[in-house]
Amino acid sequence: MTHVSPVALFFRTVRARAAPRIWGMKREPSWIFLEVMVPIVSTTAFVYLYRSLHAPEAYIGFVILGAVISAYWLNVVWAMAMQLHWEKKEGMLQLYVLSPTSLMAVLVGMSYGGIIMASSRAVVTLAAGIWLFDVKLSTNELPMVFLIFGVTLVALYGLGMTLSSLFLPWGREAWHLALAFHEPAFFLTGMNFPLSKLFSTVPGIISFVSAMIPVSFGLDAMRQLLLPSKIPGVFAPSTELLALAGLAVLFLVTAYVALQRMEYKARVEASLTLRG
Amino acid sequence: MTLAIKTDHVGRIYKKKSPKRKAASGAEPRTLTALDGVTLEVPKGELFGLLGPNGAGKTTLIKILTTLLTPSTGHAEVEGFDVVRNAKQVRERINMVSGGETSGYGLLTVRENLWMFAQFYGIPTKEAYRRADALLETLELSHMRDTRVSGLSTGERQRMNFCRGFITEPNVLFLDEPTLGLDVNIARITRSFTRRWLREHPDRTVLLTTHYMAEADELCDRIAIIDHGRVIACDTPVNLKRLLQRQPIFEITAGGLDATNIAEMRGTRGVIQLTESFEPAAGHHILNFILEDESALPAVVGVLAGTGGHLVTLGKHEPTLEDVFVKLVGRSLKEDIAE
Ligand SMILES: Nc1ncnc2c1ncn2[C@@H]1O[C@H](COP(=O)(O)OP(=O)(O)OP(=O)(O)O)[C@@H](O)[C@H]1O
Ligand SMILES: [Mg+2]
Repeated sequence: MTHVSPVALFFRTVRARAAPRIWGMKREPSWIFLEVMVPIVSTTAFVYLYRSLHAPEAYIGFVILGAVISAYWLNVVWAMAMQLHWEKKEGMLQLYVLSPTSLMAVLVGMSYGGIIMASSRAVVTLAAGIWLFDVKLSTNELPMVFLIFGVTLVALYGLGMTLSSLFLPWGREAWHLALAFHEPAFFLTGMNFPLSKLFSTVPGIISFVSAMIPVSFGLDAMRQLLLPSKIPGVFAPSTELLALAGLAVLFLVTAYVALQRMEYKARVEASLTLRG
Repeated sequence: MTLAIKTDHVGRIYKKKSPKRKAASGAEPRTLTALDGVTLEVPKGELFGLLGPNGAGKTTLIKILTTLLTPSTGHAEVEGFDVVRNAKQVRERINMVSGGETSGYGLLTVRENLWMFAQFYGIPTKEAYRRADALLETLELSHMRDTRVSGLSTGERQRMNFCRGFITEPNVLFLDEPTLGLDVNIARITRSFTRRWLREHPDRTVLLTTHYMAEADELCDRIAIIDHGRVIACDTPVNLKRLLQRQPIFEITAGGLDATNIAEMRGTRGVIQLTESFEPAAGHHILNFILEDESALPAVVGVLAGTGGHLVTLGKHEPTLEDVFVKLVGRSLKEDIAE
């Protein structure tokens, strides 16, 4: 038995669980093509669509930033939400549970690995925007941009962790639900157009749902700071930052509580492993 | 002395998930009792075996002790910690390896996977690699250490799992059919390694389930035979075999004997029973002795020599665990495996 402080154990677990994703990335070159080139093609399509519609040039920047953030969003939906369910199928979940580490640390590790993966895609998208489509970003408020970006990621992956723990008992059915929600989410978060346009046209309840997805305000705030234009944001960036911080806390706490409960429930109901 | 493992009337009931609810046959029970009042005590330092047919409840008991499953009734402790209330303390002290498990990430190498698992126990990186290399060496897997897990054979994977169990140096290690899928040679290596590990760390404990009688017999200090969720016998392999009330059996083939000689041998001290048969072709008698204990053997051989008979072969048959198992469970474990 090794004596280790809970904090050290947490960080060792995070690093170790991120490793398969980060090392795996380097070992599967085809991944680069699928994960990086394909999304650029779809972003490019949007850019040409807006140009052909003679939309304001500011929209191009909006689309590019949307694509940058969507890299993380897709990672959350595709890789995070179902992760614990997959780990269960692979027989890994029980090994996590019987080890002294926490499932929270395991999920943070997955998130960390996922962020590294998604970042490569985000960086390429951003570079393509700057060089291919001539998007000009304002660098006046970079510290604030990074702060908002960071809090957005924490809230977003907090949401991913929550989904992951909720999907553990419900499995595939729940995931199909999430996928059904996936397309509307692009619309709800204003991934390809200004969020203020959405908020001014849809009923309040839909605006509320939109605001609960961390991508929405994160993207809106970053657009305001990086692409000063005549298109207004929904709220001031500082207000949106506050809301994002609230979401981050909400989702992390929910994930933590959900994990505890799901683990106990699974131990009672014998569902930590698939029978075979 | 603290016990490594203590179970007190542990029971476990599963809800049956019927794929299709047959409307008519509502009489079929919805629950299945996998464990029923299991009470066991395993002191530290022991290699304790669970032997039982398929579905006896062995894995269920291991899952309860490794905090993966809550008992429906009773309670269980590992090193004095309750598996439900003090799960965290239990988890710090245990590890588990199951036969046929497919753990590990395919894109990582064997060594990297072992490192990763060690991290979940807070073992520093350098130390983790040192232990991984030593274990891989012992299990003759060093040549595979930089191979991706996706490229391993079943047996190689199982050996990696074995390393994963030992790398965290658990106080109590649970092995659920650890030699499943291993060839004879490698299975032997894992067995002798497990033994040596316990010898070198006398306060560690191993609980093992197996289908292989010989493995249980050779390896375990004590064995619990379980069937239908109940412990029906629990003792050392030697004592278990005594349960049959069968003493050591010797078979002697000898020439040059007549009825008087045989009667004389039958009357020798320590001989409980003697059965004989004659092989006319060879002119040999085949004699089956059931002795009180082995110390009676020299006298028997002495009488044989004194009567002018000559010894052709001498063989000993002890009751095997297989015999005990058949007697207690009412069927052979081999039949289970064949299924
Ligand atoms: N999750 C579950 N839900 C319902 N029944 C279960 C579950 N797990 C096990 N069982 C049943 O409980 C009984 C005991 O199973 P267990 O896996 O403990 O047996 P075992 O002794 O390990 O058998 P084997 O030698 O085949 O590994 C079996 O009848 C099995 O079908
Ligand atoms: Mg089993």
